[in-house]
Amino acid sequence: MIPEIGNFALILALLLAITQGTLPLIGAARGITTWMALAKPVVQGQFVFVLIAFLCLGYSFVSSDFSVLNVARNSNTELPLQYRIAATWGSHEGSLLLWVLMLAGWSIAVSVFSKQLPDDMIARVLGVLGLVSVGFLSFMLLTSNPFDRLLPAAMEGSDLNPLLQDPGMVIHPPMLYMGYVGFSVAFAFAIAALLSGKLDATWARWSRPWTTVAWVFLTFGIMLGSWWAYYELGWGGWWFWDPVENASFMPWLAGTALMHSLAVTEKRGSFKSWTVLLAICTFALCLLGTFLVRSGVLTSVHAFATDPERGVFILGFLFVTVTLSLLLFAWRAPKVGLGGKFDLLSRESMLLANNLLLLVAAASVMLGTLYPLIIDALNLGKISVGPPYFEAVFVPIMTPAIFLIGLGPISRWKQMSLPSLAVRIRWAIGVSVVSAIIVPFYMGEWKPLVSFGLLLAFWIVMSILVSLKHRLSNSGQGNVFVKLAKQSRSFYGMHCAHLGVAVFIIGVTLVNGYETEKDVRMDIGSRVTISEYAFQFNGVSDVVGPNYMSVQGDIDVFKDGEFVRKLYPEKRTYNASGMVMTEAAIDTGIFRDLYVALGEPLANEAWVVRAYHKPFVDWIWFGCLLMSIGGILAVSDRRYRLKIKERSKQFLDKKFTETSQATDSAAKPVSAEGGAALASDTRKV
Amino acid sequence: MKPRHKKLAVITAGVTALGFAAVLVLNAFQSNLVFFFSPTQVMANEAPIGKSFRIGGLVEEGSVNREEGTTVRFAVTDTSEAIQVVYTGILPDLFREGKGVVAQGKLNENGIFVADEVLAKHDENYMPPEAALALEEAAKAQKASLTQ
Repeated sequence: MIPEIGNFALILALLLAITQGTLPLIGAARGITTWMALAKPVVQGQFVFVLIAFLCLGYSFVSSDFSVLNVARNSNTELPLQYRIAATWGSHEGSLLLWVLMLAGWSIAVSVFSKQLPDDMIARVLGVLGLVSVGFLSFMLLTSNPFDRLLPAAMEGSDLNPLLQDPGMVIHPPMLYMGYVGFSVAFAFAIAALLSGKLDATWARWSRPWTTVAWVFLTFGIMLGSWWAYYELGWGGWWFWDPVENASFMPWLAGTALMHSLAVTEKRGSFKSWTVLLAICTFALCLLGTFLVRSGVLTSVHAFATDPERGVFILGFLFVTVTLSLLLFAWRAPKVGLGGKFDLLSRESMLLANNLLLLVAAASVMLGTLYPLIIDALNLGKISVGPPYFEAVFVPIMTPAIFLIGLGPISRWKQMSLPSLAVRIRWAIGVSVVSAIIVPFYMGEWKPLVSFGLLLAFWIVMSILVSLKHRLSNSGQGNVFVKLAKQSRSFYGMHCAHLGVAVFIIGVTLVNGYETEKDVRMDIGSRVTISEYAFQFNGVSDVVGPNYMSVQGDIDVFKDGEFVRKLYPEKRTYNASGMVMTEAAIDTGIFRDLYVALGEPLANEAWVVRAYHKPFVDWIWFGCLLMSIGGILAVSDRRYRLKIKERSKQFLDKKFTETSQATDSAAKPVSAEGGAALASDTRKV
Repeated sequence: MKPRHKKLAVITAGVTALGFAAVLVLNAFQSNLVFFFSPTQVMANEAPIGKSFRIGGLVEEGSVNREEGTTVRFAVTDTSEAIQVVYTGILPDLFREGKGVVAQGKLNENGIFVADEVLAKHDENYMPPEAALALEEAAKAQKASLTQ
């Protein structure tokens, strides 16, 4: 019964989404206020129905209803409760439902927080979001219904993939999806702007916080995924250039470009068409990511089933979305105008260059990800493109971009003279070069690549200091703290995010430069030494988990001969699926991680053991966290909050005058039309 | 500089940069493509010597042999031909005799495949597409030779 209610709720949600995607858009084009006003209640209705569907699926998982195919495939009575809940979005179907739920949630957020927007703009934005929702809901209902029944019901479910039975995996997909779906809001704003022809700084100010929030979620989601891969996959890597990872990384690169380009559009009114194009591009890459991950063209942990129908549907959806948006862009963009002019040497041109570099990076990732798929699809053979390609391409492309991270905030809008820029940065350059040359000596061994990586990181840090100094010297009277308090949150947000990039680079550089990995045979009582640490293997014991049996190793860690702590790496065998999983044991520290994983058993109770020493590896994720925090700081800036307050006041005033006018003159025709619209709407539902 | 010249300079710089990036990307791409060969193809000397490539198939039953330390020898078969593989390191959790496997590495002068990466994917019942392809090709070839 419950699954049927969920199914029915999904169908109702689809009907509402169709209403949301048509009437408000037509209303906005024709100026029919009642049709436009429909958008908000329909959005709320759709959210309620999708939420009902989601709760129904969640209930089926929690109550282990194995007459639902999706539950039978992805759950098990032995599965602990928290993972049964997480299994709701652990499967292909469930994750789509999560996607739609988030889209509905974002739509509600837009309708609630956008009181300052003109009515037609809200109607258009919500209408476009409705169309996106139509696409995903019909995809779900036509090709991957989460409520499909399995008759007769299975006695026992076949368990959630053990890799996904992990706290990191419980929150990784929702975060990533919040990012993906969030960019559909940026996309909706862009399309709405093209439709209305109103594309100016105000539009950028509306769209900007939404884009930044989506970017924050995506950054955080990617970070979680990388961290999860590090401790759960058992070989200590943090990024594999796997197509699935690339699928989330491409929208991130394009989204980063979009965020910066929106800044220019808001502050200077330039780059308008470019910004819109980027918004379309970012959303298309989000769809492409979904296609890659969900269609089964990639066979990995994320591709649950190989079903050509699904792939064709998403590919078709992608094609239609991109074609229509680009046609609309080609048709309307020339009317948008160019906006403020700027010099060759200015903050604008640096941001433009950064944008281009980010896009080239995204394109090169795309080439490496899609080329093997295309070759395979054309039956030209099987090839693969591995990490060496991405590494060879990425470093040279991102190096100038990182140089510009430092240069951009220091330089002025519109125009900047080369000598004054040179004066501003000479100290920053000097200090970062000198320290980049010296620091690696203290790390043990001087390596050119390490020195180079550190140079980039130090350059960012130094340039932030220079920028801060200039800001403060131009901030009037008062002591340093008064001046610091005067600066806006978006200023701090930007520098926090850039600092995150520096921290990230330091982490990557030092891990790649100085990590030690040893795969060794260890007899009971034997020791292996890595830099100043020694690992002693004391044998293994059996441990019984809630839904797995485990062999647990016992390893003592010594530093310079002194006992530090014990580590317990595990080898788990899951009861339901019989799958074997390696659980690494990690001693986390600010300056290094010690990573131990069990390989395989050998004769005489010896084991192959993987012991790693990874300096500064946590800085990688800490850097990503700083980037996210920077984004949150920027969004919480006063000017957005003030604007909302002011605008909503203005809006209320305007509304008041409008309604009083309406009652005076045009009350009758409007209400008649509205009544007709409502009537036709109820019939549809 | 006149504005027109300036514009021209910007465009030229942009195109040059993009061209440079394209050359860089395609170059790296060319030298890092990893091709796939089935054991039959390797036996027919179709695989390159001294360049990294991938092989795939089933781990031959009874072929897995541990040596000193962490070195392992095993054979990858597509049911008609088998390739000897040597690998030093930890095998993935799902590496089993009789199951699908993909290995990346180079052939040495003795015709032994020295793997630097062994992949067995995350799902018990999952067959790496490359391995499946190798088996399929071999089955086809056998059928063809039987009918002849």
